[in-house]
Amino acid sequence: MNICTNKCTNAVPLYGMNWERVKEKLGILADAAKYDVSCSSSGSKRDNKGKGLGDTTGMGICHSYTEDGRCISLLKILLTNVCIYDCAYCISRKSNDVKRAGFTVQEVVDLTISFYRRNYIEGLFLSSGIFKDVDYTMERLVRIAKKLRLEHNFNGYIHLKAIPGASDELIKEAGLYADRLSVNIELPSEQSLQKLAPEKRMADIYKPMSVLNNSILEHNGTKALIKSTPKFAPAGQSTQMVVGATPETDNDILHKANALYKSYHLKRVYYSGFVPVSDDARLPVTTPQVSFLREHRLYQADWLMRFYKFSVNEIVDKAHPLLATDIDPKLQWALRNLHLFPIDINRAAYDMIIRVPGIGIQSALKIVEARRFQKLGWEQLRKIGLAESRAKYFITCNDARYNHIGLQPHVIYQQITSNASSKFKTYHSPQLSLF
Amino acid sequence: MITLWYDGSFAGLLTCIFEMYEHRLKDVSIFQKQKETNALFGDTLDVITDITKANRVWNGLQKRLSRQGCKNVVWNYLSELEGFENALLAFSRYVFDATENIETNFGNPAVLQVAQTAKKVGREKHRMEAFVRFQQLKDGLYYAAIRPDYNVLPLILPHFKSRYADQHWLIYDLQRGYGIKYDAGKETVEEVNISVSTDDELIPNTAILAEGELYYQDMWKDYFHKTGIPERRNMKLHLQHVPRRYWKYLTEKL
Repeated sequence: MNICTNKCTNAVPLYGMNWERVKEKLGILADAAKYDVSCSSSGSKRDNKGKGLGDTTGMGICHSYTEDGRCISLLKILLTNVCIYDCAYCISRKSNDVKRAGFTVQEVVDLTISFYRRNYIEGLFLSSGIFKDVDYTMERLVRIAKKLRLEHNFNGYIHLKAIPGASDELIKEAGLYADRLSVNIELPSEQSLQKLAPEKRMADIYKPMSVLNNSILEHNGTKALIKSTPKFAPAGQSTQMVVGATPETDNDILHKANALYKSYHLKRVYYSGFVPVSDDARLPVTTPQVSFLREHRLYQADWLMRFYKFSVNEIVDKAHPLLATDIDPKLQWALRNLHLFPIDINRAAYDMIIRVPGIGIQSALKIVEARRFQKLGWEQLRKIGLAESRAKYFITCNDARYNHIGLQPHVIYQQITSNASSKFKTYHSPQLSLF
Repeated sequence: MITLWYDGSFAGLLTCIFEMYEHRLKDVSIFQKQKETNALFGDTLDVITDITKANRVWNGLQKRLSRQGCKNVVWNYLSELEGFENALLAFSRYVFDATENIETNFGNPAVLQVAQTAKKVGREKHRMEAFVRFQQLKDGLYYAAIRPDYNVLPLILPHFKSRYADQHWLIYDLQRGYGIKYDAGKETVEEVNISVSTDDELIPNTAILAEGELYYQDMWKDYFHKTGIPERRNMKLHLQHVPRRYWKYLTEKL
């Protein structure tokens, strides 16, 4: 075991250290952290006052992208991958035969700052396996954030894991230094959690979420009165759940996510399509592509809830518990609700325009601006950027070309899917009862 | 058809617009002088940049456009895209002809084109804020060479100035042959020109790098690979985000 004891935590600067060893640790601990999907560095604003290092502008920057196409915004690492828990879906579970390592506080601080100064990253995403006990681990995470902020005057982005079971005091202290905190809900239901992560309980997961939510609300209240109130987790909290490892339907998952958004004001719920990391008998055998496709549709549904003003029941319900894989959730909704269409693009309310398949937020905003000046026709709509191939069944505009209107849902479905090509075609689930 | 030649400066371009109104020219196109080819028909006119005339046009635009609208005009200029002068000319004509602010009339081709070009430049600006990779040199300077599609150094300057307020840095645009250099002591930024025979001379060799620099580069490269999930490999998406033309200047892609 390579965990550093107290002896080597603070005093040693990285210069003169064993580079190869640090590199090896970085390899192990980045590898172990990569399944945490959050990469966001947005939603927080920290000015660089008094010539410190860095700022956070609220926008978020992806400095690079992995070969799987995910954004690299933060130095995403575990403090250690030593863990006393044995969660079946996790690469760092106690019973797994992987190389273990642990960073010292100073090493994490130095790597963060050195990477940041070279403009590789927006900041640090620090998680950890649970070593010794929860508070001991949480205290280390907080200590690193505190050191970066107070000793190094670091204004970059810091995302810390709030570890279930940690004391309220530590969770609250973490909020003083981190921009975002996250507690992973891990799985969509208590039963699944019991099955795959027997040492964890939902109640323990909700507790830090609730502490954070209350502290953030309280802070915002104070901030409204007293401007100088120090920041508290300004980018809020997020969570992640593994999908596809357990039997929950999309209906279960999206309702769970919706409840989290409502009860804890989460900024994001991340869905992590299950990638087999062990041959544990409790886990299903799946093709990664199937779970990535499902994950993709869940994100689309999540976007509908957060940006397109859909309620969760419009997307999935008991009668339609699964999202279609071959068409997106908005199109699925529209085909079920054809009685609401067509809408006149030159008159309809913005909230209705964003519900049209093939029209996104940006195009919708442009449309409502542009139609103040003139009635819009297909030529202009196309240039503004809507996807005519899907939108044409649902809207009328200034051109008298309405032959796509009034078709039956299954005809629209067939026309759209036969024109689309998808690398996931072979993985599409059999046609669901959409209509 | 009359062709106006200008010197390539923003003020020069605005002067052209002024002259067009001044001389009541109808069918006009604007070209930068050195880029111009001989194969043009019709009359040509050499426009001498005049700050007073340029200011009158600029004030007029400012009066009729929002801040965002004015910003879009500047960003179109920085795009250096072929024919941007004539796009801005058409846009300005529309702005001056209209009785209200028309910058959001996206149904109008000139307005849409200016908005879309500004968006491209904005994307490149954001990309460069992400893709600059500093290497620390022996004297402590953090140096980065870039080759952006558009002339975005003036746009990324404020970002880097506030982010790296406590370090000396230099970002050099290889395409346009100039750089911006920040002095943390004096808190000033200056433009620098380095004359070289080939671009390779502007890529630092290992002898002039600071101690530890190569180790950090090495660790960053390693991190880049380790943080990816091989089962999810998707090079099409990767290339969409990190087009090949930028690889040469990205530490992790070397």
